[in-house]
Amino acid sequence: MTKPHILAAVCAISILFPVLAQSAAMPSKARSSTSTQPKTSASSDGERAFKQNCSRCHNAPQSLSPAITGTVIRHMRVRAALSEKDERAILRFMNQ
Amino acid sequence: MRANLKNMLRLERPNWALSKQIAIAYLAVAALSSAVQASAQNTPLISGGVGFVTSTNNGNTTYTPVISPVLAAPLGDHLLVESRATILDSWFPNGSHGGYTSNSFLGLSYLQADIIASSQLTFVAGEFLTPFGTYNERLTPIWISSYEDAPLIYPLGIGTGSGVGGMLRGSLFSSSRASIDYATYFSATSTNEQFNAQRSSGGRLSVYFPDARLEAGISYSRRLQGAAADFVGTHLWWEPAETHFRLRSEYAHGPHAQGYWAQADYRLARFGGEDSFLGRFEPVFRIQQTFRNSPDASDGLPATNTQRADFGINYRLTHELRINSSYSRQFSDAGNRNIWETGIVYRFLFPTWKGK
Repeated sequence: MTKPHILAAVCAISILFPVLAQSAAMPSKARSSTSTQPKTSASSDGERAFKQNCSRCHNAPQSLSPAITGTVIRHMRVRAALSEKDERAILRFMNQ
Repeated sequence: MRANLKNMLRLERPNWALSKQIAIAYLAVAALSSAVQASAQNTPLISGGVGFVTSTNNGNTTYTPVISPVLAAPLGDHLLVESRATILDSWFPNGSHGGYTSNSFLGLSYLQADIIASSQLTFVAGEFLTPFGTYNERLTPIWISSYEDAPLIYPLGIGTGSGVGGMLRGSLFSSSRASIDYATYFSATSTNEQFNAQRSSGGRLSVYFPDARLEAGISYSRRLQGAAADFVGTHLWWEPAETHFRLRSEYAHGPHAQGYWAQADYRLARFGGEDSFLGRFEPVFRIQQTFRNSPDASDGLPATNTQRADFGINYRLTHELRINSSYSRQFSDAGNRNIWETGIVYRFLFPTWKGK
C-alpha cells in the first residue's frame, strides 16, 4: 500500500465517519434501553451525568454489586473530576 | 505492544520478593479499609482486565498474556487508596537461535492516596499517572483502549508515565452548559524500581460542553532534572449525542519532536442494537504523525519523521469480553513496515468481600 493510497483512505474515512454518525442518530429511548447499564428512567439526572462523564471513556459494567457503588463513584470522582452534584446523581443512578 | 508496555511499566525483570511485598500491601490496605469502612456501599473493590495479545511487527510475532488489576479501597469518608499493577509475560522470537524466548514484566502504574478536601479539590499523594493529555490517564487500561499499542506521541510530556509527589485536581466549575476541570502536580526524582519518576511539574485544564459533547484541553509539563525541557499539548474529544461515534485527538510538542494522533470509532449498534451480531462490531481508525526537529534518544519518539495509519475492527463477544484486531502501515525514512495486532481482553469488577 503506497502513501497516496493511505492518504486517500484517510480522506475517505474522515468524510465517511461523520456521515455515518449523523445517519446513526436514533431516539434516546432506544439507546437507553440497553441492558448493559443500570436500570433508571431515561431522563434522570444520573443517567445524563453518567453519559456525560463516565461513558466518554468506557461502557458501564454489566453488573455492579451494591456493596461497591460508593467505592466506584469515589474512584471516578478523582479520575473524571466529577462535580459533587454529578457524583451524587450518578450514585443515585447506580443504586436504582 | 512491547514498547507501549515498557513505557507503562517500571520494571523489566520481575522482582518476586518485591511483588510479594506489593501483594501484602494490597491485602493490608483492603483489610484496613474493611476495619474503618463507614458505609455498606464502600467495600473495597478489585477491578481490571486480563488478556492475551499478539503483535506482528515487521514479520516478528510477539505473544503476551497480561493481567492488570486495580484496587480501590476507601478509608473513611474522605480518603481513597487506589493502585493499578500490570503483570505480563512476553514471548518473542529468539533471534538467530530460533524458537522463542520470554521476558516477564511486573510494575505498578500508580499507587496513590486521594484525599477529598472539598467539592472542588482533591489532594493526591503517592505515585500517580502524569496528567498530560488524555491517553495516559484515561486510555491506557487494557479494557478501555481500542488498540493494543499506544500512540507514537504517547511518551511526550509524561516523563516515565508516573510522577511521585503530590497533585491537586478537581472540578473547577460545573453547570448544565459547561464544566471545567484541572490537575496540577509536582513530582520528585525517584530511582526506585517500582516508583521511577522524573523531577517535573505541570498540569492540565479541560473544558467540556455537554450539549455539544465536546471536550477540549491544554496540558503543560516541565522536566526539572538534567536538561530542563518544556512540553505542551492539546486534546479534543467529540462524541455527538445519540450516536455511537467518537472522535479523539491529541497533539503534543517537545523541544526535539512533536506529533499528533486522531482516532475515530463507530460501533455499528444502529444495525439491530448493541447486542445484535453487527452491533457488536466497532470499526476503529487512527492516523498519527510525528516530526523530528532534532536528535534526542530519550524522548521516546521515532528518530525520523513517521506517518502511520491504524485500521482496527473490535468485536464484543459479551459485554465484558472483547476481541481487538488491527492492521497498521507505518511510513518513515527508517523503513516502512506492517504491524498486525490481535487480542482478547476480559474486564472484571467485584467487591473484595460481601458488603456489610
